[in-house]
Amino acid sequence: MNKQCGSVWVVAEQIDCRILPVSLQLIGQARKLAKELNTSVETVILGDQMDKRVQEFFAAGADRIYLGNAPELAIYQPEMYTEMIVKLAKEHQPEIMLIGSTSMGTELAPLVAARLGTGLTAHCIDLIIDDNKILEQRIPAYGGLISIICPEKRPQMATIASGVFPHPELDESRTGEIIHLEIPNEISPRVQTLEIVREEPEGIPLESAPIVVAGGAGAGDIEGWRIIAGLSEILNAALGSTRPAVDEGWTELETMIGQSGKMVSPELYIGVGLSGELQHMVGIVGAKVMVAINNDANAPVFEQVDYGIVDDCREFVPMLIEKIKEYQERKITC
Amino acid sequence: MLKIIVCVKAVPDPKEAHKIKIDPATKTLTRADVPLVLNLLDKNAMELALLLKEQLDAHITVLSMGPPVAGNIVKECLALGANQGFLLSDRAFGGADAYATAYTLAKGIEKIGEFDLIICGMASSDGSTEWVGPEMAAFLKVPVVTRVNEIVEFGGEWWKVKASLENGYRLMQVKLPAVFTVSRELNTPRTLSFSGIIKARKKEITLWDLNELGVLEETVGQKGSPTIVSSLATVNSKRIAEIISGTREDKVEQLVQKLADAAVI
Repeated sequence: MNKQCGSVWVVAEQIDCRILPVSLQLIGQARKLAKELNTSVETVILGDQMDKRVQEFFAAGADRIYLGNAPELAIYQPEMYTEMIVKLAKEHQPEIMLIGSTSMGTELAPLVAARLGTGLTAHCIDLIIDDNKILEQRIPAYGGLISIICPEKRPQMATIASGVFPHPELDESRTGEIIHLEIPNEISPRVQTLEIVREEPEGIPLESAPIVVAGGAGAGDIEGWRIIAGLSEILNAALGSTRPAVDEGWTELETMIGQSGKMVSPELYIGVGLSGELQHMVGIVGAKVMVAINNDANAPVFEQVDYGIVDDCREFVPMLIEKIKEYQERKITC
Repeated sequence: MLKIIVCVKAVPDPKEAHKIKIDPATKTLTRADVPLVLNLLDKNAMELALLLKEQLDAHITVLSMGPPVAGNIVKECLALGANQGFLLSDRAFGGADAYATAYTLAKGIEKIGEFDLIICGMASSDGSTEWVGPEMAAFLKVPVVTRVNEIVEFGGEWWKVKASLENGYRLMQVKLPAVFTVSRELNTPRTLSFSGIIKARKKEITLWDLNELGVLEETVGQKGSPTIVSSLATVNSKRIAEIISGTREDKVEQLVQKLADAAVI
């Protein structure tokens, strides 16, 4: 190699000074990529009063941290954040830039990519370095996995959902270099975040639920969807969905499992009325037992689960609910 | 007058999209036999434009990039109530990634002229990257708000909108001209009316190719795309289902027993 390879960057995100798990997961993966490229891992974090938090980045595997610390950076401000990251990237020429596919990341990443004139890949489920030292970004699509590369432009940019990569083991003894970023003079902003309002999520969070029931287009209509929701209630499970169910308006986007949704890792997964599209199935990581209920015996889902029921879910699920109730009552009496 | 441009995409009908496979030789998608329809979220974008037109003095332009048949979805938007339609269509535009798509659309918008508001669905059902709206905004050097789910204040130079966020929303203040990408929660799109279809018959769609758009071939389509599909792979599942058979009662009984034995319920 005649030229020193640029670093692997993670653009981290914080909410109320707390670093998001996805940012640390990406640093863990960045560490692996950096090792293969024989380069370093660097993290960009913008926020307020973040100085006490940055040790977490070192512990997760970062070698250097670019820290923007100012009250005006406390919450995501599109123009300020974009300006600072673009300027920094132009200066330091990273090889790779990874960003969590949160609402912020999903807006910020394309703004940065377009300004840097480079490519960007969404919803990657794996990232590897190929034989030519290029980042292969794997995405489930059209019944298989497609690999996307950005052969010439730099940095190679990708967004990744929380849970795709595991949490890195933290090494509290690791340290590194902190570069304090200059805060640009108040540019007259054309878009401003006035307020961020977050509510306590209702129900059991999908990401940490021991049981996940997921429904798909096979629900047929809102009545069918309610039947599936009933199954999740009796099991005290989190209710997930596929894109068609979201598109039909039966459930919210937040419940979508998979490549462009949430990643889950339950003990028990029950997929109801869904065909088993890879875009959905990649969202289920390391489930102990997986069950599918679908009226089409040829649905690909039956090649991806442990137990299959070929039946009309609208008929089968109400009976299953009754049987589970019986079982639960027996279990209590025993 | 508020000049609105709605960007729309013709996507393979989601109900039949599973038929689309990747062509291993060309590394592009074969879209054979699957009809192209107006992207679902772009209907929410059109609806916002139409609602604004009902309340303000507004003019709606529809813009799309795609094969000639994508003219049908532009026509559909005209029937919904848009004033004029443009289709960017040229073989050279083919194989574009989000970056090249956003660039080409931005060039189309520059050629159309002045605008106050560009609206698009937050994602397409086929690519679902959410990149085109913000990248277009970056090329046009105007602000963007993605995932808009409520218009709080409108009509003036500064608008207030809410955008969806994990477990909540962000309240944004944005100065026009700007780009909004909209979420499904924003509104309920209207359906086509017979009178709309009749009126749309008289409306012409303007077609622009590479030359008319005045862009270099290497900046659009596959050549202008920083990313390429490098390889395809099939996935081998680690599981194979034991199909539980019998009467419905049997199946329920067996399934509950198996789940109980595995201690997962």
